Amino acid sequence: MNDALLFLALLAAATARGATPLVLAALGGLCSERSGVIDIGIEGKMLAAAFAAAGTAAVTGSAWTGLAAGMFASVLVALAHGFACVTHKGNQVVSGMALNITMSGLTAVLGYAWFREGGQTPLLGAGARFGPIALPGADLLARVPVIGMIYAEIVSGHNVLVYIAAAAVPLVAWLIYRTRFGLRLRAVGENPDAVDTAGISVTATRYRAIVMSGVLCGLAGAYLSIAHHASFIRDMTAGKGYLALAALIFGQWRPLPTLGACLLFAFADAVQARLQGTPLPLVGVVPVQLIQAIPYVLTVCLLAGFVGRAVAPRAIGVPYLKER
Amino acid sequence: MTPVLLPVLNLAVALGLSALVVVLVGESPFRAWKLLTVGAFGSGEAIGYTLYYATTFVFTGLAVAVAFHGGLFNIGAEGQAYLGGLGVALVCLAAGAWPSLLVVPGAIIAAAGFGAAWAFLPGWLQARRGSHIVITTIMFNFIASSLMTYLLVNVLIKPGQQSPETPEFAPSTWLPQLHEVLAAAGWQIGRSPVNLSSILALIACGVVWFYLWRTRWGYALRVFGHSETAAVYGGIAPTRTVVVAMSISGALAGLMSVNEIMGVQHRLLLNFTGGAGFVGIAVALMGRNHPVGIVLAAILFGALYQGGSELSFDMPTLTRDIVVVIQGLIILVCGAFEHALRRPVDALLRGSAPARDRAVEELAETSATSR
Repeated sequence: MNDALLFLALLAAATARGATPLVLAALGGLCSERSGVIDIGIEGKMLAAAFAAAGTAAVTGSAWTGLAAGMFASVLVALAHGFACVTHKGNQVVSGMALNITMSGLTAVLGYAWFREGGQTPLLGAGARFGPIALPGADLLARVPVIGMIYAEIVSGHNVLVYIAAAAVPLVAWLIYRTRFGLRLRAVGENPDAVDTAGISVTATRYRAIVMSGVLCGLAGAYLSIAHHASFIRDMTAGKGYLALAALIFGQWRPLPTLGACLLFAFADAVQARLQGTPLPLVGVVPVQLIQAIPYVLTVCLLAGFVGRAVAPRAIGVPYLKER
Repeated sequence: MTPVLLPVLNLAVALGLSALVVVLVGESPFRAWKLLTVGAFGSGEAIGYTLYYATTFVFTGLAVAVAFHGGLFNIGAEGQAYLGGLGVALVCLAAGAWPSLLVVPGAIIAAAGFGAAWAFLPGWLQARRGSHIVITTIMFNFIASSLMTYLLVNVLIKPGQQSPETPEFAPSTWLPQLHEVLAAAGWQIGRSPVNLSSILALIACGVVWFYLWRTRWGYALRVFGHSETAAVYGGIAPTRTVVVAMSISGALAGLMSVNEIMGVQHRLLLNFTGGAGFVGIAVALMGRNHPVGIVLAAILFGALYQGGSELSFDMPTLTRDIVVVIQGLIILVCGAFEHALRRPVDALLRGSAPARDRAVEELAETSATSR
């Protein structure tokens, strides 16, 4: 009984850890896409951030400096995206793809040349990465059955970025739905002409949204290299940016459902990692690859309208022309 | 003039930015450029390798370009090519004992068919269910990757072997490599993997040109790409246009595996596509979606890939990933910043053309590319 409970608790903790980069990145994408700018470039921003964070943390020995560098790098990539598709009205999908490919090459080239470890950054010591934080009372409560275990194993003992991700969901929801800026951001994504007529700059609003995406994707990327792992490994995002994009669409561009989608995808991944080859009752051995494909298949089904309906912001992907 | 000058200018900007990266790494961009050029064209073997890479990129470039003409952005060429490889492998493994004249065309058709099928679904979903083709094709890349890993690890793997790849195909299914063909005719050239699928690539260029500019379907596709409403008003069926274009696009991407699997590897292996589907995006943009431009752009990228791997031998601090940087920057400059560069070029070339014409053209372009 206790074993099964512990297994579930560990599964839940692994889900939380796996969902963190997805949640941060998907919320970043949400800010950008709700303002009408397609955010295919999540992957590239995360990769740039992961590399900058790990490189800086390795040189300075400080995780917080690394985090700042990661966010800075990610915002730079986001601004390049904004410059291409807001200022110059370029194709947003092309720009995002281009940045993803560029970052994939750039982080590999620079990592290889600067650190001489075959494309990795040096392994980070204790101070240079975010370690687990034991929440107050976790030791004491651990002996209390069920509730104590939930608190000690699932809630406590993560690194600071996991808690930041958890806080980011209500924060972004509040920002998008309850502030004047959020109203403008959503309006720019639905009907930029109306916003422009009201005397609010579409360009400035979209740039702000893009920078927010840069900051959040920066947190997500830094999480990978200086919290979850202890160094940058080439192409370490391994499609997580696209997975976050899928979660964002699966969550229909709304913060809470997006969180749900991230947790679902991370749960599938956590189960998959623990199931490797173990036969399940009734169905036998489930191929790992089948579980890995679930998030993508679900997203396609949702987009096709087979389960629910995903309605994108109305002005998404359309560059704003002031005088038409 | 613009169609010629603009790609050259784009390339110059992208290469200039990449040179900055080379400087950051602490190497000389001029020496790197020299090594790269020699690595790509310095010997018969080098040219052969360049053409071998170029052949792959012609297929994926054409695939992306056909979809582009319909205003569709097919990011899924990678997955379609991967599935095309499955088609080739199934035919070659099942019918390896048959005469080459039957197996080879059969495998080519299977490559195109499997690729087309993998692109048909996103096309159909876009046309009938309104699912955004960019997202579905990205998702289909990941699904293809999972599916192929499963098949290679569990089903098609050569028995008693660790690495996930199929047994080698029967030699009757191999496409002859150019140096073998020429040696038979008494002409010795260096050994390289360039094979007869290069001719297939040129045929594909001709077929695509004919389809786009000489058939009713191609006309429908181009009208659809310019304006969906005008197409529907003109009696063009949107569903059929999208589905046909995507299937052709997928078939072209699938044919890429003829070069890689039948021409060189002679077995199906994990991730044999190696990002060629994404190179196709750069090739299509650089080649301005025209077969002639695509051949030229594919040779450029073939040279970059071949020269890039030679480069890393002579410059140990620089890995061949620098080519990926150049590729990404070319997509950025040609695709995302096309308006930024086009305006000054047009102004320079036309000089006194009425400002009104220019404004109208810009508007039309922006609305065409924004979908």
